[in-house]
Amino acid sequence: MEITFKLFATLGDYLPAGVQGNEIEIEVAEGSSPNDVIKQHNVPQEMVHLVLLNGVYLSAEERGQSVMRAGDALAVWPPVAGG
Amino acid sequence: MAWTQKILRVNLSEGKVDSEPLNMEWAQSYLGQRGLASKYLVEEIDPKCDPLGPDNKLIFTTGPLTGTMASTGGRYSVVTKGPLTGAIACSNSGGYLGPELKMAGWDMIIFEGKSPKPVYLFVNNDSAELLPADAIWGKTVWEADKILHDVHQDSQIRIACVGRSAEAGCLYSAIINDLHRAAGRSGVGTVMASKNLKALVCRGTKGVGNIKDPMGFMQATENGKKILRENAVTGAGLPQYGTQVLMNVINETGALPTNNMQKVQFAGASKISGEAMHEPRKSDGKPNLTTNAACFGCTIACGRISTIDKNHFTVQNKPEYWGSSGGLEYEAAWALGADTGVDDLDTLTYANFVCNEDGMDPISFGATVAAAMELFETGAISTKETGGIEFKFGSSEALAKAVELVAAGEGFGKDLGLGSKRLCEKYGRPELSMTVKGQEFPAYDPRGIQGMGLAYATSNRGACHLRGYTVASEILGIPEKTDPLVPDGKAGLVKAFQDATAAFDSAGICIFTSFAWSLDDVAPQINTACEGDWSTERLLEIGERVWNMEREFNLKAGFTKKDDNLPPRLTTEKADSGPAAGKVNELDKMLPEYYAVRGWDEQGVPTTDTRQRLGLS
Repeated sequence: MEITFKLFATLGDYLPAGVQGNEIEIEVAEGSSPNDVIKQHNVPQEMVHLVLLNGVYLSAEERGQSVMRAGDALAVWPPVAGG
Repeated sequence: MAWTQKILRVNLSEGKVDSEPLNMEWAQSYLGQRGLASKYLVEEIDPKCDPLGPDNKLIFTTGPLTGTMASTGGRYSVVTKGPLTGAIACSNSGGYLGPELKMAGWDMIIFEGKSPKPVYLFVNNDSAELLPADAIWGKTVWEADKILHDVHQDSQIRIACVGRSAEAGCLYSAIINDLHRAAGRSGVGTVMASKNLKALVCRGTKGVGNIKDPMGFMQATENGKKILRENAVTGAGLPQYGTQVLMNVINETGALPTNNMQKVQFAGASKISGEAMHEPRKSDGKPNLTTNAACFGCTIACGRISTIDKNHFTVQNKPEYWGSSGGLEYEAAWALGADTGVDDLDTLTYANFVCNEDGMDPISFGATVAAAMELFETGAISTKETGGIEFKFGSSEALAKAVELVAAGEGFGKDLGLGSKRLCEKYGRPELSMTVKGQEFPAYDPRGIQGMGLAYATSNRGACHLRGYTVASEILGIPEKTDPLVPDGKAGLVKAFQDATAAFDSAGICIFTSFAWSLDDVAPQINTACEGDWSTERLLEIGERVWNMEREFNLKAGFTKKDDNLPPRLTTEKADSGPAAGKVNELDKMLPEYYAVRGWDEQGVPTTDTRQRLGLS
């Protein structure tokens, strides 16, 4: 199935070479969790801070337990803040 | 003691400049900067006075850590009664002006009255004199800065100045120091211009001494810097991407106000984001972001320095904008961009440059343009009122023209300079103004971040993110994650953020340290710098005292419970997309609980018990 995977700020370096912007459409296996997708892209776990699935925050526990569905948008940031 | 213990009092009506001792009894209860200057203001002016009349006062104030080796100790504030709101105003700025004032030997300057002719104040250590401003009145901040440096023949002087917008009466004019740092919100620059005061020029060579325990202070500040250095946000995230990294975060969470808060997500967000500022432009192959920058003593360095493509339509044949200057922070990028529907990074940067050049708050300016665009698109105004400009959402041309008109105080710029509230009232659509107490919202939609709705509604200076930034908890998980979509528990959260922020703002340091520091990290720095015993609990009590003091000023100025409110759009029109789809802000549930946790009665008035507990007389 296809999902949208977004890596922001310094994590953009872990998107495949040549990707414009911060997101790609990717194929993932049925039953994949957000953590599975993040690991497949070799994003260091210690850099993963803010994870949103369709805009909704996932706790560290939920990232391994949630099951992704076709059309989902998974967005990941390192520690960031502003204001 | 960290305080210099000296105040400069400038009577502009009489042209008199006097030195007086700082009230050290008040310093023990209000610490410095926001807290202590607000204490002076509430003691010295009638809360019902005309903000732009001679009875209002304008206070430049530092904190005890300003100018010291404490990280981010470069802050100063301007405290006055704000013309945009009629409420107490306190606008905080970085750069180098604050430390220079402190190193000249002054904790605070109180300006009172009104000069019969335009003047500026030149402070050179112990000496201070009012000088004619004929050569700089009518000039932009950038022009005046150059003239003043030439006149004084000293590259080290630091200058805070108002631009043409303030002289023209724009109600959200800022005071700009060091060319592109701003005491930005609530119209403090308008008050300065109303007094015929164009600039503060400062040179201080005395350093900041008088530290209670110098060795202990060195250790305490180094401990603080180590925390900032090792924290991923303050040590890496903010210097690299600045506050602008939030653009995609807030858009993804469905809380990015768009098109005058009609929508909560902006299709062009990624084009105006912190990440986009790093990307080479197609037009000239260079990125918008040139480098990051730090204020005095700051070990974070979140500031953005940007450059516009010389061939961009906004700067063609305008070489004064071809160099690098202060770039977009998140709030400005949102107001100038998502809220107006404009997704062109260089247009936003141009508008930001002009806001710095002529001293306007880009949040209020952008949000007012957004309101004008909705007035235009709904037919409440037409090209007849706008002077021929098609004020449509997404129009880069309209935004660029609007900023030039407000800067110069010309044409439709006079209407835009009124701010969103007065503009929408003038054209018969007050409900289209996205303001609280007359001040425009910043960049977080309260339908998607419930606590921010309460924070806006109860902010003592009108809608503002810097009075209680619950986004840290509700979105970013600092210090701990709370659910942004529920109102439960937000009353206590808002109070905690408001009180802690008031304490940070009274110390002379930047609120961005609070992404890594708690008051537990600030207390040892204050305790080793200042006379007395300073604990976390005492700082929190000071924060609460300051909040209640500001509240009482506003109540005496005529504000009531009904002003703790949000525009009807945010409490009746449901968010249309994202995680908050279908939600409105539930202020009605949070506000009574907030009054209770504050120790206020049902009308939002501090009870006698609360006043006595906090020592408010």
